[in-house]
Amino acid sequence: MTDFARVAWLVMRKDLTIEIRSREILYTTLFFAVSCVLVFAFSFVKDGRPVDDVAAGILWIAIAFAGTLALGRAFERERHGETLRALMMAPADRPAIYLGKLLGVLVLLGAVELVIVPLVGLLFQAPILARPLLLGGLLLSGTLGFAAVGTLFAAMLVRARSRDVLLPVLLYPITVPVIIAGVRGTAAIFQAEIDEPMARAWLSMLVFFDAVFLTLALWTFEPVMTE
Amino acid sequence: MSRRLFPPLLLLGLAMFAAAPVLVAWAPYEATMGLVQKIFYFHVPAAMAMLVSAFVCGIASAIFLFSRRPRADRFAVAAAELAALFGLVVLVTGPLWARKSWGVWWQWDVRLTSSLVLWMVFLAYLLLRRYGGPGSDKLSAGLALFGMANVPFVYWSVNVWRTVHPTTNVVMTLGPGMRGAFWWCAAAFMLLYGLMLHLRVRLEDQQARLEELYLAVEE
Repeated sequence: MTDFARVAWLVMRKDLTIEIRSREILYTTLFFAVSCVLVFAFSFVKDGRPVDDVAAGILWIAIAFAGTLALGRAFERERHGETLRALMMAPADRPAIYLGKLLGVLVLLGAVELVIVPLVGLLFQAPILARPLLLGGLLLSGTLGFAAVGTLFAAMLVRARSRDVLLPVLLYPITVPVIIAGVRGTAAIFQAEIDEPMARAWLSMLVFFDAVFLTLALWTFEPVMTE
Repeated sequence: MSRRLFPPLLLLGLAMFAAAPVLVAWAPYEATMGLVQKIFYFHVPAAMAMLVSAFVCGIASAIFLFSRRPRADRFAVAAAELAALFGLVVLVTGPLWARKSWGVWWQWDVRLTSSLVLWMVFLAYLLLRRYGGPGSDKLSAGLALFGMANVPFVYWSVNVWRTVHPTTNVVMTLGPGMRGAFWWCAAAFMLLYGLMLHLRVRLEDQQARLEELYLAVEE
């Protein structure tokens, strides 16, 4: 394994080890995402039938909200333990540290999605098993795009004042394409007549977004994090 | 822009703005929309100024991020503020026009959506500058870079989304009588933009200098 991949792997393992011991972010984020979906179920399910075409939107809103929470906490822990400086001073590539952090966030959000996707399927009668691979691809690429931008912004904001408020303020306008593509692509699978070419088009757009923003984040992480 | 060039350019800008209403009034009426089409002479130049400003901000931010030149950062702040300002003009005049020609205030059309998202990025930029505390100059430079990269994606995604649900679109074809008035207004707006950018950067320069002087006195 090259040095770069090893550093990324170690940072991710460190984050996940802390997380497995305390399960702080996982439990709080999961609870938040579930209550988010429930609130939507109260508003959009009428007489046992959901309003048309809402399941995809609700799924992605829950992912975006829970993701923001998880991203904020992931770096807050570093700041609280005053380990961020140590992490930055480590003789390792900065982009590798970013990648490790991103992978940690992705694993967490993946665990959250494992719960809320079936929940949305249950409450909104969405056919989540109609095209499992396509849905998985959309979820993975969408979450990756969202988290790639979010991890960079959360890292940037860790030393800023009023960072809790600023993270969603900066993150949502930039991730508008991810939300549009995720919602439209998922809606194409969830509707009565599945529109597979449309879902594939959105998936390819998400992959392209991931490639551009991941590159950009790896490129800007170093200058942005230097004091 | 040198200090000597500023007053004549300012006078020229004022004269152009004073003459613009006359030219707009002289331009022929558009066949289907009539009087409401005249807002076009105000709306489109403002949109041009906003886009130019967005690019100035993005490029200045990239220069600042990778070379740490403080002056690039001053250009970025000034351009971001002006992008938000001209964006506001665009987003107020746009719906006024849309109400008359489409019958609704707002459409999730590709141009509207991408302008709105771009404007929101600049508002977020200014919020970050204002409330981010120390070090927010670098953070906002990163944001501006991401905001610029974001524009084609928003454009593309809304374009695909809307082709599924087609909407009526206003085709912009300029008659010969309208062309002169339009380019006059566009030139006036670009001149105004240049002058405002210059003033705003100078203000930042002077603030930075004042800061230095304060520090020198304290030492």
